[in-house]
Amino acid sequence: MRWVNRQIGPSQRFALGAVPIALIVLFYLFMAAQRHAVNPADKILPLPGGMVQAVSALIFQPDPLSGNLLFWADTLASLQRLGLGLGIATLMALVVGLVLGVLPPMRATFGPLVTGIAVIPPIALLPILFIALGLGDTAKVALIVIGIAPVMIRDIAAHVTALPREQIIKAQTLGANSWQIMIRVALPQAMPRLLQALRLALGPAWVFLISAEAVASDVGLGYRIFLVRRYLSMDVIIPYVAWIAILAIVMDVTLAFLSKRMFGWAHGANH
Amino acid sequence: MSALLSLRDVWVEYGDKIVLEKVDLDVAAGSFVSIIGPSGAGKSSLLRLILGQEAPTRGQILLDGVPLAPECGPDRGVVFQRYSVFPHLTALGNTVFGLECAQSPLLARLFGGARRAAMAEATEMLAAVGLADSLHLYPAQLSGGMQQRLAIAQALIKRPRILLLDEPFGALDPGIRADMHALITRLWRDYALTIIMVTHDIREAFTLGTRVLALDKRRHDPHAPHRFGATAVYDLPLRDKAAQAAADTQSASETTGAS
Repeated sequence: MRWVNRQIGPSQRFALGAVPIALIVLFYLFMAAQRHAVNPADKILPLPGGMVQAVSALIFQPDPLSGNLLFWADTLASLQRLGLGLGIATLMALVVGLVLGVLPPMRATFGPLVTGIAVIPPIALLPILFIALGLGDTAKVALIVIGIAPVMIRDIAAHVTALPREQIIKAQTLGANSWQIMIRVALPQAMPRLLQALRLALGPAWVFLISAEAVASDVGLGYRIFLVRRYLSMDVIIPYVAWIAILAIVMDVTLAFLSKRMFGWAHGANH
Repeated sequence: MSALLSLRDVWVEYGDKIVLEKVDLDVAAGSFVSIIGPSGAGKSSLLRLILGQEAPTRGQILLDGVPLAPECGPDRGVVFQRYSVFPHLTALGNTVFGLECAQSPLLARLFGGARRAAMAEATEMLAAVGLADSLHLYPAQLSGGMQQRLAIAQALIKRPRILLLDEPFGALDPGIRADMHALITRLWRDYALTIIMVTHDIREAFTLGTRVLALDKRRHDPHAPHRFGATAVYDLPLRDKAAQAAADTQSASETTGAS
């Protein structure tokens, strides 16, 4: 049978998907064991026991200086910044994208501005944000918003602009004005695309969050990773990176589920 | 019969390309006009003019004696070949949309008694086009023919003065197309509609229409083919059908009067 025709069942798919991950873990364990055989105090490739020990200290034992459980304080601080940034960016994408997509005069007026902002590398703006907004959470949230909002806006605006012209005409022959077309025709059809854009923006959002935290912060997942780097604490860095990956995957899966659940018509499912 | 729609010396030009030239046309209320012609003869341009999607370069279009604004409005309904229905609304939602827009300017949604009344009217309209069993299905779950039925119901609920059909049955297979012909003829009589239909199918044009307009170029310049536009080269009234329709309406009204 040709490979293009081989369909993989759910259980098989799970097993096949697990294989490369398991191989990488095994390879890592092999390399780590080798290094530890030579030097039991090796810090570059820590063994799982070492990682559990280091991270459980952060999870369960209050930091003597601040009295916080650092792992949870870091997670909370990062998720708060990320959530705020994603929320504001999503709202902006929806409102601005819709207005740009539906109303040609607005598109002509503000389209170039959005494009102009979108081509600026957001990290280049970080110093400006720190100077203008201080070193607190505002600058970090602002970086995430500036980083992902223009791309999301352009995506939503393009999607709305690409709605069949026939639909807009038909809505007008049914008596709809610009506002009604915006909220009843364009908005519902932009929603599935918005969740899709949000899913794609999660990656960049994490990049900007970690970058902002790395440069100036006193709590957060990115801050911790860059802090312990000074002591070569791979036993903290690797679990933290894995934790970030798990958080990102959970968000992505949740959004995909929500989109299918709420906008079944857009997924061709039998509702 | 009075002229519902009049085109006076209408020209459509895109740059130096002339699409339609000197179109003079009167459409009587209650007629079923089929427009045929070769590709590029401006059939769809003419439809877009009447729809208000485009303004004529020169000339005047009058609806009930009033010049037409170059914008679509609820007095002219339309069914396109595709994309006529909203994919995110159920059949009922699609049909009720026109009522919601008129009655609720701010939210375009109705609540309580007004909503129930609108739903009842929409349900009745859907039943009239044969979609009584598909009220809560999304367009993606409907076949092509059912989607066109839905598009017709959606347009008719606004009671448009003129219903414009842009190759509405072109994408359907022949069996379904025959059903749709029966449906549109019945609706045309029952609701006393004025219909203008663009079609590629000459047979369809003559079967359905009370009048057939053939658009083509009268003159042809081989060196600059784009400099002459198309106009109505044949205008064939099909008296029999008009008379038959009138007789049908008459007998229908007599029977209702007698009962």
